[in-house]
Amino acid sequence: MSELELRGVEVTYRRDGRAVRAVDGVDLSVAPGEVVGLVGESGCGKSSLARAAVGLLAPSAGEVLLDGHAVAPLRRRARPAAQRRLQLVFQDPYSSLNPRRRVGRQLSDAVRLATGTTAGSARVAELLELVGLDPAMAQRYPHELSGGQRQRIAVARALAAEPVQLVADEPISALDASAQAQVADLFVTLARKLGIGVLFISHDLAIVREIADRIAVMYLGRVVEIGPTAQVWDRPRHPYTAALTAAVPRADGAGTLPQDLPGDVPDPAAPPSGCHFHPRCPLAIDDCSTRDPRLLDLTPDHAAACILLEDEPAVPGR
Amino acid sequence: MSTPAEPTADPTVDTATDARAIGVLTRSPWRQPLAVIGIVVIVGWLLVAVLAPMIAPADPLAQTFGKLSPPSAEHPFGTDNLNRDVLSRVLHGARISIPLAMLLVVLSAVVGAIMGGIAGYFGGWVDAAIMRVTDLVFAFPAIILAMAVSAALGPGLSNAVLALTIVLWPGYARVIRGLVLSAGQQEYVQASRLLGSSALRTLTVELGPSVAGPVLVLVALDVGNAILLLSGLSFLGLGAQPPAAEWGAMVSAGTAVFDSWWVGLFPGLAILTVVLGFNFLGDTIRDALDPRTARAIRS
Amino acid sequence: MALLEVTGLRVRLPRRGGWTSVVDGIDLAVDAGEVLGVAGESGSGKTMSALALLGLLPHGARTEGSARFAGRELVGMGEQQLRDVRGKEIAMVFQDPATALHPMLPVRTLLTEHARHHLGISKQDAGKRALELLEQVRIPDPARTLHAYPHELSGGMRQRVAIAAALACGPKLLLADEPTTALDVTVQAGILRLLDRLRRETGLAVIVITHDLGVISALADRVVVMRGGVVVEDGRTSEVLTSPTHEYTRSLLEALPPAHRGSAS
Repeated sequence: MSELELRGVEVTYRRDGRAVRAVDGVDLSVAPGEVVGLVGESGCGKSSLARAAVGLLAPSAGEVLLDGHAVAPLRRRARPAAQRRLQLVFQDPYSSLNPRRRVGRQLSDAVRLATGTTAGSARVAELLELVGLDPAMAQRYPHELSGGQRQRIAVARALAAEPVQLVADEPISALDASAQAQVADLFVTLARKLGIGVLFISHDLAIVREIADRIAVMYLGRVVEIGPTAQVWDRPRHPYTAALTAAVPRADGAGTLPQDLPGDVPDPAAPPSGCHFHPRCPLAIDDCSTRDPRLLDLTPDHAAACILLEDEPAVPGR
Repeated sequence: MSTPAEPTADPTVDTATDARAIGVLTRSPWRQPLAVIGIVVIVGWLLVAVLAPMIAPADPLAQTFGKLSPPSAEHPFGTDNLNRDVLSRVLHGARISIPLAMLLVVLSAVVGAIMGGIAGYFGGWVDAAIMRVTDLVFAFPAIILAMAVSAALGPGLSNAVLALTIVLWPGYARVIRGLVLSAGQQEYVQASRLLGSSALRTLTVELGPSVAGPVLVLVALDVGNAILLLSGLSFLGLGAQPPAAEWGAMVSAGTAVFDSWWVGLFPGLAILTVVLGFNFLGDTIRDALDPRTARAIRS
Repeated sequence: MALLEVTGLRVRLPRRGGWTSVVDGIDLAVDAGEVLGVAGESGSGKTMSALALLGLLPHGARTEGSARFAGRELVGMGEQQLRDVRGKEIAMVFQDPATALHPMLPVRTLLTEHARHHLGISKQDAGKRALELLEQVRIPDPARTLHAYPHELSGGMRQRVAIAAALACGPKLLLADEPTTALDVTVQAGILRLLDRLRRETGLAVIVITHDLGVISALADRVVVMRGGVVVEDGRTSEVLTSPTHEYTRSLLEALPPAHRGSAS
């Protein structure tokens, strides 16, 4: 079992002398071969969570476990070999590849760094084929490639470490529409074919719905709903999840305007009292501004944090 | 899975400046008059430095040519107050000023790279301490501080080089620290850390090349500066000692015999041309590394 | 007679001694109160077409063909006249509101300086107009926002301010280039609703340039699909998206997850 497990992870950073809690106690796990989608608006702490999950940021509380062992935050020393099997794919394939080095060189370097073995051109070719690219790409420089091709290279570099878990932080949002779907599919293929667990972070609920086995919805540092994709998408239990799904415009030619959710994600330095979502929530009642909802198990694998559910736990499907 | 049929990136609108910079350096200087002048002047002076014993008409220290004779066919630059041939002394002077200036700039760059690298890499109080030292150096005009240090160390060329290294390294330390800090935030650097690269390896292997370009520009621009400072110290009697044929010392000697303009003018022109040459070269490299101007140069 | 009628528009850029066509003879038209969607991926020439209409192309570019706007020919129009048309009658909104708004100016100035220049109205009237504009784009607490600087606003609010600034001189046509691409879906929905309301209430014609067929579906009456500088398909949005005739349009639709297509929801 090579599970990735986040337990009560908090990420705090200082801004203007004040502590800002970007991630506020997140529990999350990704099983081998599973794709977990994490969605939320910008500013909800998704990226901080991704960085904490792989050790680029030190959590201020809680812990990250890979295969039962704590993932140590990255310091000056090289990362322990066991933890190299947890890799991150960055959002922007323009800055995540070294512009000065050929693709093949970057991949063979990655193999040597992560596994300590020398990578021949055969291994490099294999990595490129794994991500659906022509092995001849090894000779190219990143700037000669399209965004989609670059992101595949970035994935190939992560695969050089023979990962058991991949965290992908908005890996498709910098790509053209056609490349988006293809790169998203690539992660599913890797999960199914190589048994890699994938934590796929995106603001695009529709893409996540397409590829994820489970969806976690994040709002202002907290997971407000988590469950199997079909349930979360078709019967969202948290009003925020419902608002997110209703805001996706569909290319069906029907001319229907998507539902908007007024307001913005509040400043994490000054989160609203009670339920963080209550100022924007269409269903908010007085209690929402004072009571802090717990993540409530609705079924064994579906949970949501809303006091409307706490009050009537027995009534399924509002 | 098939290879996607995406439009490939437009090669003229890319983010990598390096290939472009190299292209500019190898192809297009010839379209820029200043770059050409700079390169020709520098190559010319380097040749003079190497070939001085062969091309100089006389021994630069020989005092046998008559006192303060104006330029003539026999002595194109005239002779000085100690009966020496000024042309030979100017040509030989290239053997002192240019290599010493280059040496001291390289020394400053190395010291600066180490200190700046340490500051950017360790951060915290180490960074703060190193940066306060650089602030201290920056608080004085370069020539004043160099005078003070070399006066304390005692006159002489090697002490002058040491003094100037002390004055010049903080500039490099600052630039390199900044580059290390900004490049350290690059995602490809973080990716290499996640693959198991130590911070030190990342610093040298991944960041080295990104830092090299800007430092090269600084070095080229600074050689001219160093020649000026070195000559300045010699002019003040703190650098090269008589009878060495050093340009600054020669200009200084020329001021004592102002009516014999040729004694100071020709070494002065030597300083001027070398400094300008290195400045033109530095500007060219900088423009080539800057994607905004590189495009203008190329098209 | 449409408000804007473009025929055979070509844009060529100088490149390595020769010329490259980035827009290769496109036709399109938009009426008052109508929303035209221009769909295509990066490099399709969709942004270049819009810039050509405004005479904002990069230096050295050549524009040919015809673009008749309210009875006047924009292609070949003098810089002075074009400047009058631009901002006053045709306004533009860009993808990234963070860079499209001057960071050192308060919202009030951002909204009124063009109005004062183009319409010659007084400072006081301009202030009133700015307040109206903020109300028109549904900014909460407009009186306070008037004195805010762009960096103090969220991405969605900045885009609303950018739209308000575009509307300041009462344009007849709004060119919106990927106006919601940088925004979250919830915020995007609000901007789409805003644009829809503006065209219904003020008769504003809108050309929305986007790679997102969902945005086109929600907003546009008609759509033009571009690829490689040419129009490969155009027609009513409902028809193009439900029964595309060109293979490229089909491939764009197939690249979308079913949830985006709407067919499998």
